[in-house]
Parts: sequence; structure tokens; C-alpha cells
Amino acid sequence: MTAAAPEPKANMGQPVPRYDAVAKVTGRATYGSDMPLDNPAYAFLVTSAIAKGRINSFDLADAKRVRGVIDIVTHENAPDLKESKLFSNGGYAGTTIQPLKSADIAHDGEIIAVVVAESYEAAREAANRVKVSYSAVSPSASFDSPGTTKAGAKGQNGQFKEDPKVGDFAKAFNEAEIQLTASYETPTQHHNPMELFSTSCAWMGDTLVIYEPSQYVYGLKNGVAEQLGIDADKVRVVNPYVGGGFGSRGSMTPRTAIIAGIAKRLNRPIKLVPTRDQGFTIATYRAETRHEIKLGASRDGKLVALRHEGAEVSSRADPYCVGGTKTTTRLYACPNVDSLVSIVRADRNTPGFMRSPPEVPYLFALESAMDELAVKLNMDPIELRRVNDTTNEPIGGKPYTSRSLMACFDEAAKAFGWAQRSAAPKSMSDGDWLIGYGCAATCYPTQMAPAAARVRLQRDGRTRVEIAGHEIGTGAYTILAQTAAERLGVPLEKVAVFIGDSDLPPGPVAGGSNSTASTCSAVMMVCDQVRQRLFKAMMPNESLMDKAKETVGMGQTPSTEAAKSDRPLDLEKAFDALGVGVVEEYGEWKPEGAPPDSFKAMHSGHARLVGGAAMKDKIAYAFGAEFVEVRVNRFTHEIRCPRLVGAFAAGRIMNPRTARSQLMGGLIWGMSSALFEATEIDERTARYVNDNLADYLVPVNADVPGVEVILLSEQDDHINPVGAKGLGELGNVGTNAAICNAIYHATGQRIRKLPVRLENIEV
Amino acid sequence: MRPFSYQRATDPDMAVQALSAAAAANNPLTRATSQPLAGGTTLIDLMKLDVMRPAAIVDINPLAQGWSAIEPGGEHLRLGALAKMSDVATHDDIQRNYPVIANSLKLAASAQLRNMATLGGNVMQRTRCNYFRDVSYENCNKRNPGSGCAAMDGVNRMHAVLGTSDQCIATYPGDFAQALIALDATVEVTGRSGTRSMPFADLHKAPGNTPEIETTLQPGDLISAFVIPGRWPRSVYLKARDRQSYEFALSAAAVALDVQDGTIRDARVALGGVATVPWRAREAEAQLKGQKFDDGLAQRAADAAFAEAKGRQHNSFKIALGKRVVVRALQQAVMMEI
Ligand SMILES: Cc1cc2nc3c(=O)[nH]c(=O)nc-3n(C[C@H](O)[C@H](O)[C@H](O)COP(=O)(O)OP(=O)(O)OC[C@H]3O[C@@H](n4cnc5c(N)ncnc54)[C@H](O)[C@@H]3O)c2cc1C
Ligand code: SF4
Repeated sequence: MTAAAPEPKANMGQPVPRYDAVAKVTGRATYGSDMPLDNPAYAFLVTSAIAKGRINSFDLADAKRVRGVIDIVTHENAPDLKESKLFSNGGYAGTTIQPLKSADIAHDGEIIAVVVAESYEAAREAANRVKVSYSAVSPSASFDSPGTTKAGAKGQNGQFKEDPKVGDFAKAFNEAEIQLTASYETPTQHHNPMELFSTSCAWMGDTLVIYEPSQYVYGLKNGVAEQLGIDADKVRVVNPYVGGGFGSRGSMTPRTAIIAGIAKRLNRPIKLVPTRDQGFTIATYRAETRHEIKLGASRDGKLVALRHEGAEVSSRADPYCVGGTKTTTRLYACPNVDSLVSIVRADRNTPGFMRSPPEVPYLFALESAMDELAVKLNMDPIELRRVNDTTNEPIGGKPYTSRSLMACFDEAAKAFGWAQRSAAPKSMSDGDWLIGYGCAATCYPTQMAPAAARVRLQRDGRTRVEIAGHEIGTGAYTILAQTAAERLGVPLEKVAVFIGDSDLPPGPVAGGSNSTASTCSAVMMVCDQVRQRLFKAMMPNESLMDKAKETVGMGQTPSTEAAKSDRPLDLEKAFDALGVGVVEEYGEWKPEGAPPDSFKAMHSGHARLVGGAAMKDKIAYAFGAEFVEVRVNRFTHEIRCPRLVGAFAAGRIMNPRTARSQLMGGLIWGMSSALFEATEIDERTARYVNDNLADYLVPVNADVPGVEVILLSEQDDHINPVGAKGLGELGNVGTNAAICNAIYHATGQRIRKLPVRLENIEV
Repeated sequence: MRPFSYQRATDPDMAVQALSAAAAANNPLTRATSQPLAGGTTLIDLMKLDVMRPAAIVDINPLAQGWSAIEPGGEHLRLGALAKMSDVATHDDIQRNYPVIANSLKLAASAQLRNMATLGGNVMQRTRCNYFRDVSYENCNKRNPGSGCAAMDGVNRMHAVLGTSDQCIATYPGDFAQALIALDATVEVTGRSGTRSMPFADLHKAPGNTPEIETTLQPGDLISAFVIPGRWPRSVYLKARDRQSYEFALSAAAVALDVQDGTIRDARVALGGVATVPWRAREAEAQLKGQKFDDGLAQRAADAAFAEAKGRQHNSFKIALGKRVVVRALQQAVMMEI
């Protein structure tokens, strides 16, 4: 075993290498825009240079003269498309701002024309030659701009149902021995997945095939069909690999139906590969947020009052919000809790999911405040968490299905060497560098969604698993193959997994870290159907079948003596008994507590995630603890983070290798979010200024010398058949606060606004 | 990007001629219709962004044979303009006798870029001002003379505090040029009337009222070499930046000292990341020369270097930062064991 392939502990699968590793590093993995098309035309977008106003006119003469130009589509001649509602209001769209509908412009970088040409180069050149005359109106850029409006999230966002509260916060806070009030801010951020927001559309008769990086092929298929006004069965979305998603590809963007419509009109496949900077405005992003936290505690550190007020920016058109108070009001024991989330509308594109959407900004605020409280109490921040640890969430009193928060703190503290920390700020240094240690809790809701699968087993053990899941880089192929191999008792090499295609049985959106739990549960269930058919052939007697059932199951040991003595299934014999060469089963799985319309919604591309704090009589979260070492240069004030250590517990770990990669990526992103990432907005024009990878800073290798991921063994039998909690979004939640807490320790300076840059340091 | 013609120049005359052909247009060099191509890491980038739109590209890489030598002679160091950044950065003699040069190159860009990019192209690299690099902004005097300056009251954290004008505050982004200007380098230019030499300090022009004019070179002029007099083993390039590698300077100092018996006999200070052009801080040097070094002296020199600095909304921090960088660079240079 190596660091990359950790030794599995109890309730962990094998760290088998990624099924797609070689294909990816050798460039053989095919992404959307790699798909060969027959005689394609190439599209290039023209996007608006103003954030608000109208287009007076286009001058296309120069552009049309470029050799190879086929068509230039503007609002004056755009294909007629129906509107789709926002995903949170029963639609598919990530934004209801539909470009090319009229001369109006609602945000910076809105699509205002599509140039189609015989080559990418010609389309690009012609796009550069399109001249636009605008009437600009002064836009509202963000929180402090004149002209924004602010209102509570509850009542306008269908998915934000309640501002959690319990007890009497005001009274408890006023009477608390220790009080803390602090405000925090997080910036605009963009996902910047490596694969651009490409789309290829090819019609065959009245059937449309879309190659596009999507985290939800069923959502996209149904959404585009709705916009085109055609039957969803006539649309197929294919993407065997997605070059990173991070939430940016969870809901439909307007580009897809536009390209599909143009392809139909021209009767030719069209390939669109937008530029990096266009990705900042034609898709979604993490909006900037503001927070005020109030904590009241007794002298021994016990929380008596907690209030979290959050505000988030959204577009004029859509009430998107992440509303992380559902997590921050439930993380610690506290009898008196209050909260409020508001949405501020500005002239911006609609924000959307970005890796751990609610938890990243909201836990930054809470976990920073907890550190500030620990300082006030003169208490070790780990002990403060221990004092307030709980088995039941405080709002509804529901029990956590499992919660290894303090075990994670203890493991990570040991690995990190927390004991070597001298508590006083500014008390540790090394030459030119002040050293700070910091830590924070991390958590993410355990979510599941309905999923269907088809499994086909051949006599020779070859197995085909089909499910419209998504390989966004997480290792989905690998763990699905592991699940089927283990369940059917066939060698891993004999399992072929097919995902990323909406012609396969419906899988859920690859979002909210639900994929592993949902798709593996479905595949497990259907594998059991296959086994049962075989068993039935061999032992038609019911009771025998029950006994046989007890012998299968991941991480389960046979519970009866009779079962233990059973041999594994003899495939040859079973197939002989059945008299066929292939057994194929289809099944639909839904999690406990799924709404009654779940399966219908699953087929029509509506995600129905259940879990987290929304479960009926329990609450399910994955937990972790993150420790960082920060170094601040006395002279340049440069901030570096040489060490990140995280310990995580997330139920069954399907594959410690892929799990570690996810968590490592999360820690690195968390550090990036604390120190580097911010989309700069020009206040006057409401335009994104640093919309490229040179100026939108992300860490380079030299910024990440040390990352250690510790996987804790945890068994949870109350969440889903697999027993897995999602962990894709667990790693990057606590890091922001851990870094700021470490900066405080290094410098004595509390920084409450991200990202922290050298000019914010005043040592 | 727009269509362009491509020509390989196999000797300097051919290059000069090809580049001069369009000179009649009387454009400043930055807008000349034919441009030399070296490593391409600036030029191709800006062509893709539609910022530079040359009709003709003259590839000068075939001249590398004669123009890429690294010659650390006795009296002076001669560096061919087509030498690769990485080759110069890792050259033994240069690391030993000109650490300021080696480090200014080593701390620049990324390994891949350094392998591709040339010294001549490096000093000619253009500003990273976002409004300059994005043609959807109308107002950029450098790209679109007379149109105004979007950065002046826009997002200007990366912008200059020295050498600015009310027309342009774009930072000169390179690192190597600070080492050259500090060490009194001369630049050898091959042009229509043969080869001439001039002080490197005369190459770049502050924006003033014509930010579109960045250098004193004319269409047809090519940099063929740099010559650095003397040796400067006691020299430092200190670069403060947002990340540990692959990032432009927020503030940098090129410092070279000649210290004998505790007295500073000669001092060179140049500033990067804070000025519109490669910036020689002669006021700082005047403070240092003939003095015994102590931290107070370093501070006075740093204060002098930034006496004229003017910050805008997001970049004022560069003044305090720049001073601390100068102080630390001086301290490091003094502490060097030679
Ligand atoms: C992401 C990124 C990060 C970077 N970071 C840094 C950094 O931290 N520090 C730093 O200093 N630089 C940095 N750079 C800039 C890089 O160093 C320059 O792009 C490179 O040095 C230019 O050299 P080149 O040979 O590729 O020039 P080219 O792109 O070929 O040419 C640049 C310009 O100079 C002209 N030219 C080229 N050669 C000559 C010549 N001999 N005579 C006259 N004119 C000539 C060209 O016509 C063109 O206009 C970075 C660049 C990128 C893309
Ligand atoms: S600073 Fe200079 S380059 Fe930048 S927008 Fe202003 S004029 Fe243009």
C-alpha cells in the first residue's frame, strides 16, 4: 500500500486503481468536444460587453465577409425556444435569463450572437468582427451597489423552506456570560473546470444527440426537449467523461438548446467550444456572501445562544440561494438558535451550485466564530468543539445517524502535531516566517436520490452495468464496477460499466455528493435481483433463498451458521439450471423517505435528493476535522500553507484510493478558496475582470507541498443500503476557517473576509 | 485571432527587411502590421485575444544560431536575445556572478514558459492589465489611443504606483528587465541602419500621453543582445507574489551591492511589479552609496525609492509592500557570503 492507495480499514473497500486512469493520462478518454461528428459546422459565441441595457443594432457586414461563415444568429433571427423554469421551481434551467430572446441584456457576458462557420478559426475571426451598438444602463454590481433589492430567501426560493430557530435566542444571548458578534464575507468564485462549456449537437432525422459535459444527463435531455418542444425520448445526451463539474454542470444552461436549434435549422451537426472567459458568464458561479454570527456561551464554553444571518447575491431574474443555515444551526448543541437568510438581487448572471454550495461560505463564518470564541474563553479550539459536541441536532432534536466529529479531531490533531502548538498568537516562527496552526470542523449532508440500473450477467461471469451516472473525475466507473463485482462475486476485470448516456436507466444528478450512495445502492439492488433469479433456479424453495440472501452483501458477514456454510454461487450450475446464457435485470431504487413522485421525477430529469437535515426522524452528515499550518512572511506578508491535514469519516469508504483523491482535492481547493480564488467585479460596469486562469488564481504545485488525508473507519446502517455517506464535497468545507484561524495564530490578526491576500496582513 | 502571413527569417537582414516593409504605416511598434515572433508566449497569446492583430509574422527563431549565445567574458556578460530564459537562469557562471539575473529569470513564469521564451521577447512582453487584454473594454488608451483608461477607477490591484500618468497605470510585468536596468546593461539593436547600442534604460518609455508607445524601437528593429558590464556576485532578486510560483510580482526588488570594509561603494536598486516601466530607483541608490549599512539606512533608501509613488483604489498597498521588499532585498544582499 502507498499513500495514494491507503490500506483499507474496517468497512472500506479495496483501493483498486481507477478504471479510467490510463485512458486519462494518455489522452484517450473522449470528452464531449472530442466526439467525432459528420461534417460539423463550428459555432463561436459573441457575448455582451455591458451588463445592463439594450442592443441598438449589429453591424455584421465585416463578419459576414470572413470566408467560411455560414450564419450569424442574433435575437433577430434566433430559433424559437420555449422557456424552462428554474430547477428549484420544477424546471431544468440554472437560469431563466434566456439569451437571444430580445434586444435586452441582463448581465455581463450574456450570449448576444452565435457565429457559425466552416471552421473554428473562421467562426472566431468573424465573431471578433461583429460590431455591436449598445444603450447601456448603469448596473448594480453587488451588495453595496445602488439599485439592489434585498428580501428574505424564505418564500421566494422553493428549496429554501425555513429559517431554522429554536428556543429564545435574544434572551439567552443577552444573558450569556460570554458574547461574540462578528461579520464575515466570502467572494464571488467560479468553478473553472478544465473542460470548457462545450456543446455538440447532431440531429438524425427528428432525433437529437447532444455531446456535452453534464452532471445530469437526464435533466439536460428533458430540459432541452422542453425548450425545443419535442418529446424527451427524441433527445439523447452522451458524455462518457466530464472534465470536472464542481456543480457548474448540474443544471441546464441556455447554450444547449440554442445550439440544438441552430443545428436543426442548418441541418448540420454543430460544435461549440466557448472560451475560458465566456465560461464565467454563460454558466453559473458561487455568489459572494455576507454573514453575521452571534454566539453566547457560558464560561465553560457551552453554547447557550447562536444566531447566523446570511445574505447572498443573486440575479434580478432568479432567487438562487444556498442557505447554509440548515447546517450551521444544527452542528453544535445549543438550546437557543436563530437564523435568517436573505437574497440580494443585482444585475448579474444567476449563480448556482459550486462544490459544497451551502457549507463552504456558511461554515467559514461559523467555524471562524468558534475559533474567536475559543480565544475569548482562553480555551483550546478542539476542546470547545468537544464541549459542544452532540448526538442530536438542536433544532428538531433528531439524532445523527452517526457522528465521528471528535474522533476526526483527535486523529487529525495527532497526525498534525497540534500538541506542539504554543497557544499564544505570534509565538511561533522560523526565520522570516511567522508560523500559525489552525483547525476547523468540516461536515456535509448525506444525500441520496432515486436511481435505476440494468445489470447483465453472462455465464462466463462477464458483467455489464448500465446506469446514467456521471464520471466527473471522482471514480464513478471504478466504484460501480467494484460494487457489482463484489455483489455478484465475479472478478473486477469482468465488469464493464456504462454511464454518461441518457439512453441508460436514469441516474441522479451528480451533485450534493449523492452519486455513490444512490448509484451503488441501485446497482447493489439490481445485482441482488440477478442473484435471486439464479438462486431461484437452483433452489426454488423460498426458505433456502432467504438463507442464500444472507450470504451476500458488502461488508456484511453471514449471520447464521447455515448461511456461513454455504458455498458462493456456482455460476455455471445456476445458468445450467436456468437454461439461458444471460441474465439481465432492471430495477429502480429509492432511498427511505423519498417523495411519492420520486420515480416519475427520476425519469423526467428532476432531482429529488433526500437526506441531510431533511430526513424525517434522523439527520445524516459526514464529518471531518481539518488542520493547517500557515506561514506568513514578516517582510512581504506573503501567506503560504505548507501543510494540510484532514481526518474524515463518511460511513463505508467504497475505495480508499478514490476517496483520498476526492478529499485531497477538497483540502487543496479549500486552501485555494481561502487564499487565492476570487472573481473581481468592476463595480461600475458589473463585469468580471479577471476572467481567465492567469488572473483567477488557483494554487500551483509549489503552493501545495504537503497534504495528508486520514480516513476513519465508520459504520452507519441508517442511511442507505451501501452505508456510504457522500464525501466529494466534504473536503473543502472547513479549510477556509482553518486557514484564517491559523493566520490569527501566526499574526494575532483576525481576518474575516476571503480570500486573504498579503495586503490584508498588518504585522 | 485573425489570419496572418508567416515568414521564417533565415538571416538578420531578411528579418529586418520583412519587418520594415510595413514601417511606412507609421504606427507605433506595438501596432505595427508585422511583428517578430520569438518564443511566442506573449505574441500568440495577445493575437488569440485579438489584442494584437499583425498581418504578418516574421519568425526570428532561425537566427538563434548567432543570437542565443551566453558569453560570460571577463569585462562583461553578453546574452544573445534569442537565448532561452531557462538556459540563462540555470547557467553556472550567471548563478555565481549575477544571482540577480539568474533569479529574476528563475522566479518568472513557469518551467514550460521559460523553456520556450527568449530574453528579447521577455523584455518586450506587454502589460497584464485586464482591461488591455480584453478587447470588449472600449476604454484603454494603450490599445485604443484616446479612449480613456478603464483601470484608473476600475479593478487596479495589480497596477503601477510609479511612472504612471493620467492616461495609463499599467504595470510593466516582467522580472528580468529589473536586473538589466539595475546593472546598467546596454541593449544591442539590429535595424535598418545596421547594429547600434543603447542603454537598456532607454529602451522602455513611460506611458505619459502615449501609452501605446512602449519602447524606443522602430518597426524593423530587433534586439540582438544584452551586454552587462562588470560582475555582481552580491546581488539579489526578491519577488513578492500571490502564489509560490508561476505568478507575476506584486512587488519585486533587484538589488546589487559592492560592499568593501562595511561601506557600500556602489548600490543598484531597481523595482518590479510597481512601475509602468523597468524602474531604476536612483534616489534609493543615492541614499546607500558611501554609507555603512544598517536597517535604518535600508529603510531610508526604501522610503526614497517610493517617495513619488501614487496609489489608486486597490493598489496603494504596493507602496508599503514595495518598501519592505526593498529593505529585505538590501538586507539579504548585505548578508550574502561571497
Ligand atoms: C502565464 C504567464 C505567466 C508569466 N509570468 C511571468 C513572470 O512571472 N515574470 C516574467 O518576467 N514574465 C512572465 N511571463 C511572460 C513571459 O516571460 C514572456 O511571455 C516571455 O518572456 C516572452 O518571450 P517570447 O520569446 O515568448 O516572446 P514573444 O511572445 O515571441 O514576443 C514578445 C514580443 O516581443 C517581440 N519580440 C520578440 N523578440 C524580439 C526581439 N528579439 N527584438 C524585438 N522584439 C522582439 C514580439 O514581436 C512580441 O511583440 C509570463 C507569461 C505567461 C503567459
Ligand atoms: S492602465 Fe493602461 S493598459 Fe490598462 S486600461 Fe488603462 S490605459 Fe489600458
